[in-house]
This record gives sequence, C-alpha cells and structure tokens, in this order.
Amino acid sequence: MSNEATLHGHPEVVTTHDAHHDEHGVHHHKETFITKYVFSQDHKMISKQFLITGMIWAIIGGLMSVLFRLQLGYPDAHFQFLEDLLGSKWAKGGQIQPEFYYALVTMHGTILVFFVLTGGLSGTFANFLIPLQIGARDMASPLMNMLSYWFFLLSSVIMFCSLFVETGPASGGWTTYPPLSALGDASDGSKTGMDLWIVAMAMFVVSSLLGNLNYISTILNLRTKGMSMTRLPLTVWALFFTAILGVLSFPVLLSGLILLLFDRHAGTSFYLSDIFIASTQKALPNEGGSAILYQHLFWFLGHPEVYIIILPAMGLVSEVMSINARKPIFGYMAMVGSMFAIAILAFLVWAHHMFVTGLNPFLGSVFVLLTLLIAVPSAIKVFNWLTTLWRGNIRFTPAMLFAIGFVSTFISGGLTGIFLGNSTLDISLHDTYFVIAHFHIVMGVSGILGMFAGIYHWFPKMYGRYMNNTLAYIHFWVTLIGAYLIFWPMHYEGLAGMPRRYMDYSNWVQFNQFGGLNQFISTVAIITFAVQLLFVFNFFYSIFKGRRVMSRNPWNATTLEWTAPIRPGHGNWPGEIPEVHRWPYDYAKDGADFIPQTEPLGSHESAH
Amino acid sequence: MIRSMEVTQTVNDQRKKIHPHKFTLWVAIGSIIMMFAGLTSAVVVKKEQPGWTTASIPRVFWYSTAVILVSSLTIQMAVKAFRDREMLKYRSLLTTTTVLGLLFVLLQWIGFRQIWESGITLHGSGGGQFFYVIVGLHALHVLGGIAALLIMFVRMLATNLRNYNSIPIELMSSYWHFVDLLWLYLFIFFMIIH
Repeated sequence: MSNEATLHGHPEVVTTHDAHHDEHGVHHHKETFITKYVFSQDHKMISKQFLITGMIWAIIGGLMSVLFRLQLGYPDAHFQFLEDLLGSKWAKGGQIQPEFYYALVTMHGTILVFFVLTGGLSGTFANFLIPLQIGARDMASPLMNMLSYWFFLLSSVIMFCSLFVETGPASGGWTTYPPLSALGDASDGSKTGMDLWIVAMAMFVVSSLLGNLNYISTILNLRTKGMSMTRLPLTVWALFFTAILGVLSFPVLLSGLILLLFDRHAGTSFYLSDIFIASTQKALPNEGGSAILYQHLFWFLGHPEVYIIILPAMGLVSEVMSINARKPIFGYMAMVGSMFAIAILAFLVWAHHMFVTGLNPFLGSVFVLLTLLIAVPSAIKVFNWLTTLWRGNIRFTPAMLFAIGFVSTFISGGLTGIFLGNSTLDISLHDTYFVIAHFHIVMGVSGILGMFAGIYHWFPKMYGRYMNNTLAYIHFWVTLIGAYLIFWPMHYEGLAGMPRRYMDYSNWVQFNQFGGLNQFISTVAIITFAVQLLFVFNFFYSIFKGRRVMSRNPWNATTLEWTAPIRPGHGNWPGEIPEVHRWPYDYAKDGADFIPQTEPLGSHESAH
Repeated sequence: MIRSMEVTQTVNDQRKKIHPHKFTLWVAIGSIIMMFAGLTSAVVVKKEQPGWTTASIPRVFWYSTAVILVSSLTIQMAVKAFRDREMLKYRSLLTTTTVLGLLFVLLQWIGFRQIWESGITLHGSGGGQFFYVIVGLHALHVLGGIAALLIMFVRMLATNLRNYNSIPIELMSSYWHFVDLLWLYLFIFFMIIH
C-alpha cells in the first residue's frame, strides 16, 4: 500500500510495519519518557500537547478578560488584592492602570485568537483526527509535525515572557497597527514588549506553516485504500480548507511584520509619515510611509484567520451532530462546497475591516458585495445542520449540546455580520461594542463551543476514559447562557454608540445609563470564567480517574478512528490499516443504526 | 515473498502519485510565493503615493542573475548525473551549485553596497528600501537552499552506503529552480518599478 511506503525513512513508524508478524502490537520499538511524552513524533501525543498548551493559554487569556471586566464594571472600586498580586505599577491602589488595561485587552485578543483558537483548536484536532480518520499511520512528516509543536511552544514561551517585561507586553491592540506599534517612544507597550510580540508571532507563523503543510500533504497523499475525497468525514474537509487558508495567509502577515520590524529598528518608514510624538516633544524625520499599508497586509491574514478559527469548529460540529442525531449529515456535498466557497471568499473581503480608513467608496462597495456573499455558504451550512437535527433520534450528550450551542451562536453572531458588512452602517457601528459583540459571538464563542464539542466527543479516544457528564452539563448551560448574557447586551451599547478600547466611561454622561449593565456583564463574565475552571478540573481529573472506555466504538460512529484500539499505539492500527468501502454518514440506513466505513457494500447497495 | 510483492506494488503506486515530500515542497513554495506577493503588492500600492523615490539597479545584479541561472543549470545536470549513477560527476556538480549559490549571495551583497554608497540608506520608504528588504529576504531563501545543499553533502560523506534514492536531490533542485525563478520575477519587477 502506498501508505506504508511513504512512511519509509521514519524508522519509528516503519517498525509498526512488522508489527503484524508478532503479537506485541505496535509498541515494538522502545519508548522512553522523553520520546513518548516530550519529543514525541506520534500525532496523537502532539495533539495532546497542543491541546494542553492551548488550555493553559485559554486560562491566562480568560483571566485577563476577568481583570479588565472588573475595571469596566467597577471603574471606581479599589480591589486591594489586585495591587497585592500585580504590584503598584499595574494596579496602583487596587485600580487597573491605563497601560495595564491596554496590555490586557491586547494580550487577551492575541492569546485567544492565535494561541487558543488557532494553535489550540486546529493544532489539536488536525493532529488527532487527520491520520486517524483518513486511515494513516501518522502524518506525512512526523518530524515536521513535532517541530510545529515546538515552534508553537517557543512562540508561547516568548509571548509569555513578554508579560513580565518591565515596560509591559504589547499594548496597541491585537492588530498592532502602526504608527503606535512602530514607535517605542509613543507608549510603554510599544517598547520591548512589542518586539517580543513580533518575534513570538514570527515563530507562530513558522509553527503554523510546518503544521499546515503536513496536514495538506497528509490528507491528499496518505488516505487509506477506498478513502476517496468524497468519503472523507467533514472534519477532515474542514481541517483541509483551514490548512490551505493558513498556508496562503500567514506568510502575508509575516511580510507585514518584517516591514514593521524594519520601521522599528532600521529607520525605514514604510508605515510612518509626518509624526510628532507628544511625550518626547519631537518631530520624527520619517516621510512618505503609509499606515494603511500595514492594515492591508494585516487584514489579508486577519480575515482568513477568522475562518481558520471557525472552519475546524464547523467540521467538528458537523461530525458530532450527525453521530448524535443518528442521521446522515444533510447535504454532504453542499457542506464541502460551502466550505470551499468560504475559503475562496476569505481572501476577497479583507478591506471590510477598513471601510472607515478613507477607502475609496467604490472599492468599499465591491467589498460589501463580496462580504455579504459569505452569508450564502454560511446559510447553507446552518440550513444543513438544522435539517440534520430535523426528526433525528437525538442523543443529548455534552458534545451534542455544545454542537447545537455552536449553531445557535453562529446564527446570532452571523446575523450581526450582515449589519457590519455594509459600509454605510459601518460608519456608525465600527469600533463600537457592536463589533465586540459580533465577533465574540460568531468567532470567539462559536469557536470555543465547537472546540468543547470536539473535546467532549473525542476525549474517550484521546485518553481511553470518559469525562464526567454532570460537570459537563453544568459547564455547557452556564457557558452558553453566560456567553449570551455577556455579549447580547453589548449590541445595545454598540448601537448607542459606545466605543470600544476605553477603560472608563464614567465621565461620558451619554453612556452612564450603561453603568449597571456593565456591572451585570462583568459579574456574568466572572461566573462564566469560573465554570471554565470546572471544565479544566473535569478534563484533568478524567484523564486519570474517569470512567474507563470499555468498547472500541462508544458513540456507535462510522468513522475509522473508532476501529482502532481503545488506546492506539504509535501507528494507530496493530495490523493492516482498515479499508474503506463507503462514506462516513451511513446512519439509520436499511434498518441498521449505523454502518461503519469499513463495512463492504451489500449486494443491494450502490457505491457512494 | 509477500513482502516483496508488497514492495513492487508500492513502487507501482508511487509512480502514479506525487511523493508526499515533493507535494509538501510545492505547497511550501506556494506559501513563499504568497509572502513575496504580499511584499511586492505593497510596493505597487506604495508607488502610487506621494513621496515615492526610486533607486537605480547596479549592473552587478545582471551578473548575479547570470550566476543563479547557471546554478539552476548545474543542479539540473546534477539530477541527471545522479539518475545515471555518475556519482563523481554528481558530486562536482553539486559543489559547483553550492559555490554559485554563495557567489550569487556575494554579488547581491556587492550590489547592496553599491546602492548604499549611492546615498540610499534604510531611511525612507521608497523603492530602495523595499529593494533592500525584499531582495534581502530572497537572499535568505537562497542561503536556506545552500544550507540544505551542505546538509546533503555531509550526509553523503557520512555514510558508506550507496543510496540511490533520488527524492532528496529532486526536492533540492525543485527548490533551487524556484528561488531562481523568484529572483527573475523580483528582478523584472524592480526593473519595471524603477
């Protein structure tokens, strides 16, 4: 089989080749603690490394949002414990200082967008699911895969260190627009912290490229016998499009950051022109630069980035939903087609982030049209999810609840996207809380709900144990209700014109009416964050003490990962790789509850 | 018996499909193209704005172009020599390619010095500054290729085994042709811009 041959040159995997000659299974070669848990080239271990690193980041990033919500809800209060914990530079008298507030929101965005919902989400599930679901022993290049994680960790360590720099981490917003981000004299957050931010992001781009190249190559080259592209589970399709988006958009971010680095340290003025810095009372010699140029380069990544976040979640949700509705996914080819359309449109809409930068209004109208076109594939997907649920024999497992929650937030967040995609409405809505509400619901909350669906569903495959259901149900309901209570009211604040990126609105009489509402949002945010810790507890407790999985296929699913042993070794299947005979969604067919992909076609069936 | 049959079948399957490492390289090349597309489109956008300055391209870049074109030829000949099992010829062609690669980077450096001495430093945001950044990044990619060539050399010398797996040299030559073509694109691009 071509599968086996392509793995030659990776001695670790090749040993699995001989495994079917003896009964020891795949753990033929000797594994030490270091090769098994640290420098592992096994895609399953790498996926767990991504997941746990991502979870640590999620806790840090979430905690940051709690801190700045304390400030937004209670701008006048003195929280003595903050000064005790963070020192008087950042929280003098128990009040969050302006520089610290901006550092918090910047790092919250950076961490959640890149380190949790890109690295943590596609890093985890692409690594875990691609080889297992397409029937491969490992990735096309396990070494590159390992390097991808280690670059991610290096990037994480650099970003984490930047939190402890004397002048603080980057604080010009997660988009790090110049001129602010290019001039160390302009703010403390643009000094060392900004350099570390750029270096960390460069490492992140390297990590993401190494990973994505591997994902694409593995999906296209290492599928098992019979696994045609149209027999791939939707998770794999989604991860495939995600990887393509990553490969084509991250390098452009890198170009933008390289030019930014030159502006910061080499005296060029690609982004800088006619600047007078108040703090130093100096006029800068830089001439002829264009700050808008950076925005173009940034958003050429930045917009595909939101699809890099949401596509894997869509794939996970489609799979979980079909399994737990005990029905084939509705409109498989429409699902693939709409993801393809989203991937194409992702590259053609970046300027909708820049409607108010003086963009030519005619050009703006083109981008409005292209942006609103995204509603079509999105609506197709939503329709297909709802019709998959329709008259299904639904099992409300925690994963299923999160999947349904995803559809809910994707609809409500997607609808406000139609508001914001109009350049005329954007004149009044841009940079208000309406934008915050929109992208948090449609990208942040939906992304994380999809990720939770994936974790709860594949946890038994990852660790051979179940997570606790009661804690999971509490986690789901508080998270979903909490997310709506936090972000729904922000729409009203945004429509009233309340701008984002301010730390204190109390002198702004127009928005005093929202004082109570802000306190409410902050309180809910703290409760919702606390419940995430319950999830973290459930996760780690279940790894060691959870109920054991006793059968290979606990969810009665059709896909290949459930044909592997309960705790697969490196190489995934101890004998031959299973052969595939049908598509992955044969549920409730011909009186059978489900028919695994490995089951040959019956005499009365035609090939899918 | 069964194993040997499997191997034959493997080889047959291999002929039909592109090798996954080659495929990975092609996607990686796509990714590098996006990076330079981002940078050169930045130049196109920037050129239309007030305060744009240009720098003349010294003649030495014509020489470096010739050098990298010749190196593409030598690496292609190296691939052929490898396929014909003419290992001595293969080694000398690979060495030539490495030396030509280094010469290319050196010539680029000399070109940079000449532009620098004509008074165009990093201060500003015109064609000269973009030239430094973009051509510099390209030179880094060439250096990456040279590093890979050196690794191939060390591996070849470190083992006494005869290895007739042509995949590494094919990967190497594809990448080398790519940086060659990338340079041609950048050269023509900057000729038009200036």
